[in-house]
Amino acid sequence: MIRILKNRILKGVLSRQIGPEFSAEIESAGGQLKALIRKKFKRSLHIRQVDTGDCAACLSEIIAANNPIYDLQRFGVNFAASPRHADGLLVTGPVSKNMLAALKKTYDAMPEPKFVITCGDCALDGGIFKDSYYVQGAVKDILPVVLHIPGCPPSPLVIVKALVKFLK
Amino acid sequence: MDGAEIILRIKNKFPEFAAISVTRKYPDEVCIKIDPAIFKSTCLVLHKILPSPVMMLFALDQRAESGMFAINCVFVDFKNRQWVIVSMDIPLENPGFESLAKSIYSASLFEREIREMFGIEPKGNPDLRRLNLHDEVCPQGNFPLRKDFQKIQPGNLAEYKFARVEGEGIFEVPVGPVHAGIIGPGHFRFSAAGEPIINLESRLGFTHRGVEKLLEGKSWAQAIELSECVAGDSAFSHSIAFTQALEKIFGLTVDIQTNYTRAVCLELERMYNHANDIGGMATDVGFSFPAAFASVIKEAILQLNERISGSRYLKKVNRLGTTAVSWDENKKKHLLDSLKKIKRDFNELVDILNFSVSFMDRLDAAGVLRKKTAQDLGIVGLAARASGIPTDLRKYFPGVYKEAKFKMAIQESGDVLARYRIRISEFEESCRLIEELAGKIVDQENKIELKFKEGSGLGYAEGWRGPVLYWVKLGADGLIQRCKIVDPSFHNWQGLSYAVLGNIIPDFPLCNKSFDLSYPGNDL
Repeated sequence: MIRILKNRILKGVLSRQIGPEFSAEIESAGGQLKALIRKKFKRSLHIRQVDTGDCAACLSEIIAANNPIYDLQRFGVNFAASPRHADGLLVTGPVSKNMLAALKKTYDAMPEPKFVITCGDCALDGGIFKDSYYVQGAVKDILPVVLHIPGCPPSPLVIVKALVKFLK
Repeated sequence: MDGAEIILRIKNKFPEFAAISVTRKYPDEVCIKIDPAIFKSTCLVLHKILPSPVMMLFALDQRAESGMFAINCVFVDFKNRQWVIVSMDIPLENPGFESLAKSIYSASLFEREIREMFGIEPKGNPDLRRLNLHDEVCPQGNFPLRKDFQKIQPGNLAEYKFARVEGEGIFEVPVGPVHAGIIGPGHFRFSAAGEPIINLESRLGFTHRGVEKLLEGKSWAQAIELSECVAGDSAFSHSIAFTQALEKIFGLTVDIQTNYTRAVCLELERMYNHANDIGGMATDVGFSFPAAFASVIKEAILQLNERISGSRYLKKVNRLGTTAVSWDENKKKHLLDSLKKIKRDFNELVDILNFSVSFMDRLDAAGVLRKKTAQDLGIVGLAARASGIPTDLRKYFPGVYKEAKFKMAIQESGDVLARYRIRISEFEESCRLIEELAGKIVDQENKIELKFKEGSGLGYAEGWRGPVLYWVKLGADGLIQRCKIVDPSFHNWQGLSYAVLGNIIPDFPLCNKSFDLSYPGNDL
């Protein structure tokens, strides 16, 4: 513990991994997001994520959006552990038939008002898995989708910018 | 080297053995065709003498060509650096074969898969429940990988039968498929009495997308893209395994520069995932500061990937016979400089974790997978090495790794701590390998001459979880006829079920993260 504290005191806060331009980009997009969330949701936006057959790249990017470099939480976006606490549902992956019931149940468990966002090319229409016998098809045919975030996978910055565009 | 040596070894143990044909199509692949009557005995002998678990076991629908189904069983012979494929034809009437499951446990899941996908009965397999086609969604009698299958026919639905533990004070805890965190879907059912777990039933298949069927009828060019979406966190290892199978079929020699670049990318993939997992273990014991630190390291590697290849997850980077990466001095310098910083950060992270007594205490002796259990289950890759089984394709099929003097990491204890330590050693080794190999890369244009051929071949790569295997059969029309994919997760999910026994339920996330298996890679 003393080692860690000593290290922190001596080194201070370091943001060595990001360049100034990149940092400015995150800050400006994030700042807009924060202002919009304050205006529309009073304090914060809670999102529940559901994976319906994702290859794990989209998941990884959503997790990355929560790392200290992007840190979505400081802009007011929180990933909820339960759909009961969520304003929005974030769906990734083509809808595998096995996940159809779970997806619907998760949506039903959310309190009104609620909205659905799809993330990644597969979630739009099945993407590369579109023609499979076991893919149900587009999320928008199952649930009312209000926003799609394109990409394979969309980078954290793309996710932040898409949210800003949507809330505007 | 025409396969005679392996036949002699089989005959030594099994005098009645007679092969219909023995062919060595490629230097590292022996194909032994036999009569179904001696299939089981031959596989048992190979399993013992090599020794090797069943690395792949899969069926083919060849009714259009030969009027029969075929079954291939793949073993690995590390000593002679070759893969041994035992194959047999199965007649159409009551298609079935003698099950290996009771003698070779690692064949068990493969047999269930063959049964659900082809309707070929593994006679004597005690567990015939389906894996990926859930009974609640897909009626019995649908066999998607048969060539005449179009779409799922309606029929009676049923409910999945979980193995139950009964007795006084036993309770069940069902979890999933939708979990509290941002992770893939899987259903876990714990039976516990008091705190310790008595039995864990994992039900997977929720991310089944029918990848193998989708690949059929695709041209190889389209298929490379699809192989990268099988498991997004192992996109590069999957695409390497797939392109390697194609390169073997086409007789394409990959030049050394491409191999350097591929090895560098493969190690970068390993590094970002190992950093992620070490952070995940810290998260799962509630130690958030190093977890955040690890995610910063992961992000740095992802950004490095993007700088080098244009893709954070190394998707659309690997191509047939070449890669999309072009090198210049700046890029190489950036790679080596970033690596230095990443290594410094990583050392600091490891220091923080290793000096935290409570963290190490949680890892020590949690989720033990003993060597014997791991061998019986056919555990592969990182988890096997943590249980003291020396298995790493980079060591036994080295290629460019030989020049870089690759050293395999190994641990004996088989607990979470062992898997944590393997990750640390491998991360450091990967750093060293990249530094070594990047020095040899020169910027050059790479032209490939492609001669199309039909045929079949096995491609393999040691991904960060373990060996990723692709068996590909190309038709004369240039389209894929069959592609069997085995992600290491398919073997290792079984290991998790055994490793958690006797542990408390709150330690499950930690045990789970120490394996960090892929849902989509398993479910296909």
